[in-house]
Amino acid sequence: MGGNWKSATIKPEGLHSLIGKLRDEAYRVVGPTMRDDAIVYDDIAGLDDLPKGWTDDQEAGRYALARRSDDAYFGYNVGPHSWKQFLFPPVETMWHAQRDEDGAMTCSAPSRPKEKFAFVGVRACEIHAIAIQDRVFREGPFADNAYASRRQDAFIIAVNCGQAGATCFCSSMGTGPRADGGFDLALTELLEGGDHRFLVEIGSEAGAAIMEAVPHAPASSEQVEAAAAIVEETANRMGRSLETDGLKELLQGNLDHPRWNDVADRCLTCGNCTMVCPTCFCTTVEDHSDLENRTAERVRKWDSCFTLDFSYIHGGSVRTTTHSRYRQWMTHKLANWIDQFGTSGCVGCGRCITWCPTGIDLTEEAAAIRAAPSKADAQ
Amino acid sequence: MPAPVQSSDPFVPEIYRVGAVRRELADVVTIEIEPESGGRPDFLPGQFNMLYAFGIGEAAISISDETKHGGGFVHTIREVGAVSRALAAMEVGASLGLRGPFGTAWPVAEAEGSDVVVVAGGLGLAPLRPAIEALLARRERYGQLAILVGCRTPEAILYRHELEQWRQRLDIDIEVTVDHASTDWHGNVGVVPSLIRRVAFDPDDTLAYVCGPEVMMRFTASALHEAGVATDKVYLSMERNMKCAVGLCGHCQFGPSFVCKDGPVMRFERISPIFAMREI
Repeated sequence: MGGNWKSATIKPEGLHSLIGKLRDEAYRVVGPTMRDDAIVYDDIAGLDDLPKGWTDDQEAGRYALARRSDDAYFGYNVGPHSWKQFLFPPVETMWHAQRDEDGAMTCSAPSRPKEKFAFVGVRACEIHAIAIQDRVFREGPFADNAYASRRQDAFIIAVNCGQAGATCFCSSMGTGPRADGGFDLALTELLEGGDHRFLVEIGSEAGAAIMEAVPHAPASSEQVEAAAAIVEETANRMGRSLETDGLKELLQGNLDHPRWNDVADRCLTCGNCTMVCPTCFCTTVEDHSDLENRTAERVRKWDSCFTLDFSYIHGGSVRTTTHSRYRQWMTHKLANWIDQFGTSGCVGCGRCITWCPTGIDLTEEAAAIRAAPSKADAQ
Repeated sequence: MPAPVQSSDPFVPEIYRVGAVRRELADVVTIEIEPESGGRPDFLPGQFNMLYAFGIGEAAISISDETKHGGGFVHTIREVGAVSRALAAMEVGASLGLRGPFGTAWPVAEAEGSDVVVVAGGLGLAPLRPAIEALLARRERYGQLAILVGCRTPEAILYRHELEQWRQRLDIDIEVTVDHASTDWHGNVGVVPSLIRRVAFDPDDTLAYVCGPEVMMRFTASALHEAGVATDKVYLSMERNMKCAVGLCGHCQFGPSFVCKDGPVMRFERISPIFAMREI
């Protein structure tokens, strides 16, 4: 057990050892790594896989890696990936069906190999995104058991942000930049004075237990203060902001606002924003069968409300225009989500802004409606 | 009203067999299905099942009745797509998958002591039928009961046999109208909302159940409003694209609601601000 301390420091070698311990305990350790000119989340074996000395330069519609002047392992913000691809896979088989010679059918859920994930480098906004998907998949009248199982076993190592990206607005959403819970361990990277260390906060018994096996030193009050100052500085440098006060009522009361037509002129309905969003949960299903029509399966795939097919009912799609599809996405994310799940669907990670090919910025769209609302309140 | 039951895995269908098939209309078939093992789950009038045709896919189909001895479901299916065509083509003994029942119900118990106006457009009569049966089963508990049915043509009148049977009763007002007819039709011609003023009910103490195409429900809701029925006494059954039926796939969103779990039966008062808007 974790003793009576709440925080400690480890050196980079300690982080390497921590990753090794998790792998020894049969965790699939996933963390940031560089691929295709981006920092993505994938399997990591140790420090060598981390994007040491690299950062990401982001703006609306723009993402580029750049060299840092130091050796920070977590000196970037967030990339196109989020942890949802592991807890809520983009493609998942829901069940298999067989049919015998007489056409009699049987149906069964696939046996899913148990997969224990350890996530290294989870940002505060991402912890909130996971908590939002928990509400969707675990806490409704119907639960997604496969999600719940993966989620229950996940070990989360948060990393507090040492910098804010130009498209970040977690401070507005109350979701960061400091991880305030929902982790097993939380790291803050300390680089001052050539003494490269991580301040480690213990968030759970599992976190405390594994730290016992990792070389660590007690944290000095200076180190704790230095870590707090880093996160505070990050909070002060948010690239963007979103006024959330009354936002639900504002958007629900402005469904006929001319701004939706304006954004429709820029939106390509490509669905990038929904794919990179760490909370978007919409799916479609595909039914497959073999050539003999004896075995069949149902596969669930991530879907996007930006496709024409998404709202199809016999006779045509409900949302044919671009403006209605953008409106659906944004009003769902920032307004209807609150009615549905008691929380905004947005954590302010800025991915939808960065990865929009035309640089549409939902904070700007919301501000434009707020500046000239067509109605004061929801109808 | 909502009666969701968490099964072990809400995504995996149970296996049912077709016990009977009856062609209703040129493009509409009614199938009776029984569970291959175990009992049929309970359902409430207005709820729906997800029916799976092997290898082709699933469709949300409202429950239009229980089978004669109560052991299975009756579903009336219009052939409009690959799945509904496959379901409608099933023969007696065929095997299919079923998940459900899902969704909210017509407020049958809440209507006790009140008048009830049931308004159906086309195939919209199918999800209303169990509600009508429930009202008739305890007829003495309700006031005036009116059933108003609109169809495109006389040939498109669904459940003609049942309508004729109900019509024999002296304690219901039944009116049927068609949009177009040849000279051998001697019934009403016109849209279904126009029937509302022809039947007796106390607008201050009436519940209305409405199901049909959205445009029909829009005009019906207006006509009920003009007749003095408050929007919180009017219930509509909505239709949206559905994949999961358990509120997890996002497809059926209608403003803040998921039609699969907050609907399909929805109080008009709750949705009226967005009901008239396009592409919600």
